[in-house]
Amino acid sequence: MDENKPVRESIFSKTNLKPLTDPLSNNNPVIVLILGICSALAVTAKLKPAIVMAISVTVVVALSNLIYSLIRKTVPPSIRIIVQLVIVSFLVILVDQILKAFVYDVSKQLSVFVGLIITNCMIMGRLEAFASNNSPWASFLDGIGNGAGYGLILIIVAFVRELLGSGTLLGYQIIPQAFYNAGYVNNGLMILPPMALILIGVIIWIHRSFNKELIDKN
Amino acid sequence: MQDLINIFVRSIFIDNMIFAYFLGMCSYLAVSKTVKTSNGLGLAVIFVLIITVPVNFLINKYLLSPGALSFISPAFANVDLGFLSFIIFIAVIAAIVQLVEMVVEKFLPSLYNSLGIFLPLIAVNCAIMGASLFMQERGLQTFGESFFFAFGSGIGWWLAIISIAAIREKLSYSNIPKPLHGAGIAFIITGLMSIAFMSFLGITI
Repeated sequence: MDENKPVRESIFSKTNLKPLTDPLSNNNPVIVLILGICSALAVTAKLKPAIVMAISVTVVVALSNLIYSLIRKTVPPSIRIIVQLVIVSFLVILVDQILKAFVYDVSKQLSVFVGLIITNCMIMGRLEAFASNNSPWASFLDGIGNGAGYGLILIIVAFVRELLGSGTLLGYQIIPQAFYNAGYVNNGLMILPPMALILIGVIIWIHRSFNKELIDKN
Repeated sequence: MQDLINIFVRSIFIDNMIFAYFLGMCSYLAVSKTVKTSNGLGLAVIFVLIITVPVNFLINKYLLSPGALSFISPAFANVDLGFLSFIIFIAVIAAIVQLVEMVVEKFLPSLYNSLGIFLPLIAVNCAIMGASLFMQERGLQTFGESFFFAFGSGIGWWLAIISIAAIREKLSYSNIPKPLHGAGIAFIITGLMSIAFMSFLGITI
């Protein structure tokens, strides 16, 4: 990608970095645009699958943005959705095979949710809204930024759920035995699906109290 | 028969697409502003599910699963095309959604008008793809099982979106903290509804 460096501004200029940093807070795909929740929440009961999921989605969204941006001028608009689906499913198959080969146990825990990256609204949204009319390098950075914004929320939710639900992080015991002896009990509700939704709701609440301009008018 | 009913009830209440697996959340949150439109989307999802899942079931059983191709020749007994399932499932779903849209437009114009814009959107609804992937992962054995699984999942999704839409219609009269308006409160309500649905856990027929 470095070859298009001398043509315009430098590759890490402000305009190029905007798509990278914007999705972390003000344009966060999960809590502001409400995209990509489908495959997000079910993997957050433990931290490790959430991290693997975040990395996989980042890889897929960045590479699909890059590929689609490279061919954006040759794809006729009427068939663009199916072209996008093919690119994304090709990348997801690669990710799935790599996960099965190197981290089999996590791949088992993620089960169908790796396949569901294909229908992740966030990826289609980025392809449609950004990669179809921006240069490859900017699209790649946009993909990394959105993947990171998505991963950030996933990891925050998984962190809270695993810490409070199992007293561990990444499988290591964090809450000391002395607490349990003193009567502390893990919050079993945190492991169950509803808490993921409620935690996202609380994150949105906190985030919007600090960013007043994001509050819904109606 | 017994296990078909069991699969049906299980997929509506216990393995509910939204409350247990969060599938189809994007359109669930975006479209659930009024009961009328949510009803249309819910019906469209049921409709597409009961067509795509059985079709994908047949494809999975006779083409993709390990050794499935042995009916052509014994030489193919070791072929496992499972790695192709993602791309084939999504292609089948996209094609069927397109086909259903054209057929419904031609023969059932009133249904087409009520489903309207929702049909094309459904191709990228996670619930549709998710149902096909669950069908493969849980290893459903017969065509009937896959049909009832799809039907139950669809009804579960429809039930969920109608209830949240009804609650959100009433919610506009209540005084909730400003930063929670819109998406925030919808998440928290879905979480509470999900807790309510957990009371169905353990039901077997």
